[in-house]
Amino acid sequence: MKYLLLLFISLFVFKLNANELEQKKIDIIKNLRCLVCQGQSIADSNSDFAQTIKLVVSDKVLEGKSEKEIYDFLISKYGEWIVFKPELSKTNFALWIIPYLVLFFGGIIIFIIVKKRDIS
Amino acid sequence: MKIRIILSFVFPCFILLIFFFGLNNNNKYESINLVGKKISNFELKRLNKDTNYNIKNLSSSNFTLINFWSSWCAPCREEHKYLMLLKKNANIKILGINFKDNKNNAFKFLENLGNPYDDILRDIDGKGSVIFGIYGIPESILVDSDLMIIKKYIGPISKKEYKEILQHIKK
Repeated sequence: MKYLLLLFISLFVFKLNANELEQKKIDIIKNLRCLVCQGQSIADSNSDFAQTIKLVVSDKVLEGKSEKEIYDFLISKYGEWIVFKPELSKTNFALWIIPYLVLFFGGIIIFIIVKKRDIS
Repeated sequence: MKIRIILSFVFPCFILLIFFFGLNNNNKYESINLVGKKISNFELKRLNKDTNYNIKNLSSSNFTLINFWSSWCAPCREEHKYLMLLKKNANIKILGINFKDNKNNAFKFLENLGNPYDDILRDIDGKGSVIFGIYGIPESILVDSDLMIIKKYIGPISKKEYKEILQHIKK
């Protein structure tokens, strides 16, 4: 009975871990662009290239590599174009910061306009 | 009033800037990113023997052309004559990487068209080619003795690329 319980627990933990790894793989390939397709992610594509990248990601996940390490590896081989969500860098700094600046200054402008209307 | 004037100036400028940067952004994958980078460590099995081949085997020549090919790939047949010419006329090592192919078909291909390769490796599932940044075949990478990528050719090697490779070797 004790051994059966132990077997059941280890099977449960194994299954949980396998699901977690599968989910991690899916999350990664959804953020990867298929370079030979029109606007498709690696997850959505059945192209030869996508199949290969899926295998590579799967291997890397099983090796215990982090999401960032996998993206870095693929970026080093195919450039930043392969990721849908590029990381913050010198070249895309403005694109990351502009929405926040617009929100901040827009808020100030709206505040000034509303305050002026109140006074008048 | 002042705010309105500023806004009517700033907003169109902002939109124009977004378009300017957005349209100037190069969305195409360019092999130029890999030029000047060193080949990463790799290990693949040889096609004709059950032995491994790695980066150490590669560094024994001045120039090496790593060619990714397959018997099922029509453009590979087109470029094959230029690989044969390179083998004949240039002091270059040609390493073939047989990509997702059937072993027998690969041998038949070489039997019919000739074998320009000094060594042929086998990449059964394409995973080994990812190390070289390959996303389709045929592709070729020209590397020097330091294993630095000089040029990456996407698509079949034609007369133009053949001449370019010869020029690189003569330099």
